[in-house]
Amino acid sequence: MQIIVCIKQVPDTAEVRINPETNTLVREGMPSMINPYDLHAIEAALQIREKTGGKVTVITMGPPQAEDALREAVSMGADDVRLISDRAFAGADTWATSYALYKAIDKIGYDIILCGKQAIDGDTAQVGPEVAEFLDIPHIAYVRKIDEPAGGMIRVQRLMDDGYDVVESPLPVLLTVVKELNTPRLPSLKGKMAAKKAVITKMDINAIDAEEENVGLKGSPTQVRNIFAPQMKSDRKMLQGSVEKQVEELVSELRRLKCVSL
Amino acid sequence: MRIIVKEDKCVGCGQCIDSCPYTAIEMKNEKAVINDYCQFCRTCLGACPEGAISEIAEEGDSKKADLAGYHGVWVFAEQRHGEIASVVYELLGAGRRLADELGTELSAVLLGAPESSAGELISCGSDKVYVSSDPILQDFNDEPYSQLMTKLIQTHKPEIVLAGATPLGRSFLPRVAARLKTGLTADCTALEIDKETGSLLQVRPAFGGNIMATILCPNNRPQIATVRPRVMKKLAVDHGRKGEIIPVAGINLTCRTKIIETVQETSECMINLQEAEFIVSGGRGIGGANGFSMLEELALLLGGTVAASRAAVDEGWIPYRQQVGQTGKTVCPKIYIACGISGAVQHLVGMQSSDTIIAINKNPEAPIFNVATYGIVGDVREVIPLLIKKIKEGKS
Repeated sequence: MQIIVCIKQVPDTAEVRINPETNTLVREGMPSMINPYDLHAIEAALQIREKTGGKVTVITMGPPQAEDALREAVSMGADDVRLISDRAFAGADTWATSYALYKAIDKIGYDIILCGKQAIDGDTAQVGPEVAEFLDIPHIAYVRKIDEPAGGMIRVQRLMDDGYDVVESPLPVLLTVVKELNTPRLPSLKGKMAAKKAVITKMDINAIDAEEENVGLKGSPTQVRNIFAPQMKSDRKMLQGSVEKQVEELVSELRRLKCVSL
Repeated sequence: MRIIVKEDKCVGCGQCIDSCPYTAIEMKNEKAVINDYCQFCRTCLGACPEGAISEIAEEGDSKKADLAGYHGVWVFAEQRHGEIASVVYELLGAGRRLADELGTELSAVLLGAPESSAGELISCGSDKVYVSSDPILQDFNDEPYSQLMTKLIQTHKPEIVLAGATPLGRSFLPRVAARLKTGLTADCTALEIDKETGSLLQVRPAFGGNIMATILCPNNRPQIATVRPRVMKKLAVDHGRKGEIIPVAGINLTCRTKIIETVQETSECMINLQEAEFIVSGGRGIGGANGFSMLEELALLLGGTVAASRAAVDEGWIPYRQQVGQTGKTVCPKIYIACGISGAVQHLVGMQSSDTIIAINKNPEAPIFNVATYGIVGDVREVIPLLIKKIKEGKS
């Protein structure tokens, strides 16, 4: 079983803020980490490998610094990692990112591809399904439970707003996972040693056979025109007095907001 | 396009470094340098007091598709178990406004439902409704949905396609965008037409809502966007509106995935969070699963739904589906009541755009009070029952 996990190195978004007065970014060190959903994808891959045997390859597209995220994946137990990196990939939107990942995945070979539901910096949830379309394989999004694959088929639960669907698919398939799926393991000591020694294989535009017009900014249909700070509400009011009095005041405010019918 | 720093103008003050959301500017030999992290967001262009940062065009920048051949605004009319999602009516409201501004028509695309469901879409603003009642579309599978949508777009060439930012829309539209090589903007909260170019300006939150970005799709069509539920306004229903219902048939659809079973897990007070007007949300301060029955009672009184912070979900007090925040859902109800939630940033990014926020927490220093419209300092186990009692008294 060849399992590929696509991960992304993201800034810890809790730390990113725009100063509304100067419209500049407030960053306090801005640490980077593996996108939290992707940790669940790695864990799922390792669990499938433990049952069926095979190989887990973790890949990421990003600048050279993204190597850190791949070493972390090795420390969790990934067999192999690839860094898809080239100056030509810079400025890629989801289309151009998916295209580059597809080209790389096609070179590596796969039975199951796992991605996090979305990355917490962009929040688009688009790259997984787009990669599946490029590869012309089915995908299932929001997977919260995976049964052991058997006979070339896999059965999963797909989380929906009003419950869940049990969905079956032939392999190869791409799954995007939610955090309800599992609890990601912590790196073992052995894993940490392996991570230190791991050789990070880099794939550039030639290695993945990508066409220049389809990658990076040139291959991106969307453009960021500008960014700005969200408007924050500042009509803050702490209610005063005894709890009973505060609650009474709140109820009358709720009435004013036409929330509680009289 | 490329962002460059003119070395002779750069004085090495470093002000541009803080302006970059992507850590893409660094100092080398006391000069600012743009590194591989650059996403071409242009934020740094105004940050340099010396005017040393500028953008330059590069070969291959503007390969325009034939944009003139694309007309009309489309709304994907999502249905699940035969019921049209309420976000569809909001999209028809937004779509109508955009279509009128562009002087074009508004169409809805309804998949896997009978033609009889189409009339309601016309009453709510649509000029045309494309309907396919192919049984393969009845349950949602990504492949036939994306195949049919792709085919319809290729045939009729709309300039704008809108869909709800729901699990369904966010799952299959990326396939359509990939196939058509066009832009898809997720989770939009505002849509405007650029007066100069006629392009769609798509505003969306990024970095967990800490930053807003305006996205353009200048050279490809259609411009596809998913839109958050509850941000666009529905039109008043007009049963006198006339429109055309166009059956779609004869398109061969295939599907490799198979829905074995559909399980509904909702209760009365756990309706779809993203469509809820009132949300009563509980955190660690609720103290246990029992505490949530109190919140459910309050939610039912207000006609709302129950949600939770990550802490309460991790404790197993309430299902993950109800989690609000960075690794859960983003909500913007009319009223959000945060009970016993301290307000970690990861939670705030999921609810801070709610119209009115009411925070109840026993710690007066809790960060949740920084975003609250009304704050009550007190024990939720005392405040909530009292609140329920007062509301009931008012009602009787």
